Amino acid sequence: MREFVELYMQLDSTTSILAKERALRIYFSTASPADSAWATYFLAGGNPKRLVKTSILRKLVNLSTTLPSWLFEESYESVGDLAETIALLLPLTPMGTTDSLHEWMKNSLLPLRVIPSEHQAEYLLSLLQKLDSTGKFVCLKIITGSFRVGVSRLTVIKALAALAEIDEKIVAQRIVGLVGINHIPTANDFLTLIQPIDATNNINQTGLPFPFFLAHTIPYDVSEMPEQLGLSQDWITEWKWDGIRAQIVKRGGEIWIWSRGEELITERFPEIANMREHLPDGAVLDGELVVWSNDKPQSFAMLQQRIGRLKLTSKLLKEVPVIFIAYDILEWQGLDLRQETLLKRKDLLNGFINANPIPGLKISPILFADSWQKLSEYRGESRQRGVEGLILKHKFSQYGIGRTKEVGIWWKWKIDPFTIDAVLIYAQRGHGRRASLYTDFTFALWDKPKSEPDRKLLPFAKAYSGLTDAELREADQLIRKSTLERFGPVTTLEPTQVFEIGFEGIARSKRHKSGISVRFPRILRWRKDKSIYEANTLMDLQSFLPH
Amino acid sequence: MRADIIELRPEGLYCTAGDFYIDPWQPVPMAIITHAHSDHARRGCEKYLSNTLAKNVLYKRLGNITLQTIDYGEIIRHRGVRVSLYPAGHILGSAQVKIEYRGETWVVSGDYKVENDNIHQSFEPIQCDTFITESTFGLPIYRWQPQSVIQAQINNWWKDNASQNRTSILFCYALGKAQRLLSLLDCSIGPIVAHGAIEPINQIYRETGVALPQTYMVTQITDKVALEKALVLAPPSASRTNWLKRFGHFSDAFASGWMQIRGRRRIKSIDRGFVLSDHADWAGLLSAIRETNADRIIVTHGYSEIFARYLNEQGFDAQTFSTKFGENHENDDSPLDHSIET
Ligand SMILES: [Zn+2]
Ligand SMILES: [Zn+2]
Repeated sequence: MREFVELYMQLDSTTSILAKERALRIYFSTASPADSAWATYFLAGGNPKRLVKTSILRKLVNLSTTLPSWLFEESYESVGDLAETIALLLPLTPMGTTDSLHEWMKNSLLPLRVIPSEHQAEYLLSLLQKLDSTGKFVCLKIITGSFRVGVSRLTVIKALAALAEIDEKIVAQRIVGLVGINHIPTANDFLTLIQPIDATNNINQTGLPFPFFLAHTIPYDVSEMPEQLGLSQDWITEWKWDGIRAQIVKRGGEIWIWSRGEELITERFPEIANMREHLPDGAVLDGELVVWSNDKPQSFAMLQQRIGRLKLTSKLLKEVPVIFIAYDILEWQGLDLRQETLLKRKDLLNGFINANPIPGLKISPILFADSWQKLSEYRGESRQRGVEGLILKHKFSQYGIGRTKEVGIWWKWKIDPFTIDAVLIYAQRGHGRRASLYTDFTFALWDKPKSEPDRKLLPFAKAYSGLTDAELREADQLIRKSTLERFGPVTTLEPTQVFEIGFEGIARSKRHKSGISVRFPRILRWRKDKSIYEANTLMDLQSFLPH
Repeated sequence: MRADIIELRPEGLYCTAGDFYIDPWQPVPMAIITHAHSDHARRGCEKYLSNTLAKNVLYKRLGNITLQTIDYGEIIRHRGVRVSLYPAGHILGSAQVKIEYRGETWVVSGDYKVENDNIHQSFEPIQCDTFITESTFGLPIYRWQPQSVIQAQINNWWKDNASQNRTSILFCYALGKAQRLLSLLDCSIGPIVAHGAIEPINQIYRETGVALPQTYMVTQITDKVALEKALVLAPPSASRTNWLKRFGHFSDAFASGWMQIRGRRRIKSIDRGFVLSDHADWAGLLSAIRETNADRIIVTHGYSEIFARYLNEQGFDAQTFSTKFGENHENDDSPLDHSIET
């Protein structure tokens, strides 16, 4: 544990990527495989499910300090992070354990799951007393399932690849299984991760997907595109589907469906899993899961019904049918195709699917256009077609890892969001970097038109980002002045400010007070020029609903 | 019931019997100044009184003022009121103001820290009936480690940077903190550079008799290698200026009590935060208050409401004064983002 805490401190005390890579290399070259497995797991973003309830952590503070609970809450509000607050309040103790990371996990932390909840606080306290204050913080972050340190998974992959002298892409692919949810990493996992490549293991024999290649938001206006991107004909343009990004992996007679969050979702989509009969072994497709009926894609909200449901009844499968829209092929006949050009991959994909149609599998059509203007017109059709806009991929691009730009870039050219002017009614403090500022805002719309005498403000969306730091500070001052009451972390405000809120999708919802849920709401602008009486109404919002 | 010796007026803390103000935020005829930080010492008053050690800093900050100075412990009588000053351990010449009138004693703390930092005169607890205190770090999450621990952290950071030819840039408040840091640095590691906003204050400290290590202006170091081994002291405001561009490869850090919280360090995206403050931490505030033996406590700035509520629960008669102290970015009184006073 001491070494891992030390590593944490080193990673946390520099903003230089080079220094971080060096710290990682030093750690991995000295730690045992079992410790390295856990370290990789945490650093690459794996998080065990929350090990205890928050109420147990509060009880822990009560047990070990004499602070009144209101003072604890004030401290928490000021720090913005529960684990950090507790680590700052517990009595100071020196590092008293010699357990290594994996021993600590196995002997101390994982047993928390089987300890009856009435004994958890005492047990946890006895553990924390063996750690110094940074150790307490790291341990509490693990316990609350919120361990994070400023390294990206790519940095970890780079360090491991350099250490093992193997290709980063292979490490990236292997790491996916190690950080999976509910997985307990072992020494063996780590040894497999850094194993040299030979004929038997260069293509994964298991069901692991490739790391997803992700698109960037296009920063150019259509008028700049010729200059910035060249000829539109050199780009392969498709619709940006509004579904779940997924890879279908078919190997050794078995099929796996992975979401972009690297979650295995095979069981959620039996109709797609049926493709096991049709796809040959050694094939990996990249594409999007969407609900498809009446010959068009349906809203993401409908797809959510499928994800949220515990039991998939045949009625549900019929009412909410899902298909897979394939747009890339990453492995074929057991060969990794990611370094081939997109043009070549598309040819392969089309060739196979056209010759062997598979029920539930569609190919993402390519939009042919001889100018950027024409593409812009296609983009204009997005909303009525139920897609989010366009995606542009250079025809000679390779398939990269995550948000890398070295071997090709994917641009997403989304439609402009829906916008509506809403009134700020609640504020809540942020976390982490903005712990002391109000950053979470709840917005409301009028329930009746202006002409009605007794109209009320109805909350409709919560939005987090979109304001600059300077605006956040200004908002913060204003919130202090207009506070009506505070309840826990939530501050109720006298309605005075109007903001323009943008959002991507809209659907009816029984769970929301307004009867409507919106997707990805965010603050676009502070409308200081508008009074709250000029804000929009619920009826305005309803008019965006698809007919 | 007798009238309070000190009351809150729109101009500042006012002593009725003596007809003077302490650290007023508006121009008044007579001001006693606890210390030279800009939220406590402001321009425009007709007459000022301070501790002798604060003299040159006050002239530097406030210009040509009419200033009377007294030593720590020296008593002056003014309209039947006895006024004396005692060390507050905060910065050069920082003082608590003791006011005695008709058998009652009030003490105004100004800003203070209880740990002896070896370059400023240590805080002295003064027995009183009413203690007017700050509470800049009045939450239990603020818990300082001994100065020697932080000193080792800073020197190790500097040494590590120097070994990798990386200039060490240490941001700190110009008055008080910079000089305290200077006294803690291990000069064998490399040269120390002081930013132009800090060096004049170093000079004043030296003139007042405080021994500080040699410092250079950045232009005096022409050898590139020497600059890479240097530690640079700069005010936080320099972090957004071109002044920094001259240092190629560097690591930066900030020394302040606010660095206790990770989020505050992240907000500036600096490499290191050293938790070193010239204010008392939670335990320090409570011990200072207990040692005064005062029953009545008035909290002027910081986490005032929270701290007063806690003191009330502990059996003190505590209240708050809503002052304009702490509204400043260039000293420890305010967090980096201006937003915690509740
Ligand atoms: Zn001060
Ligand atoms: Zn102050």
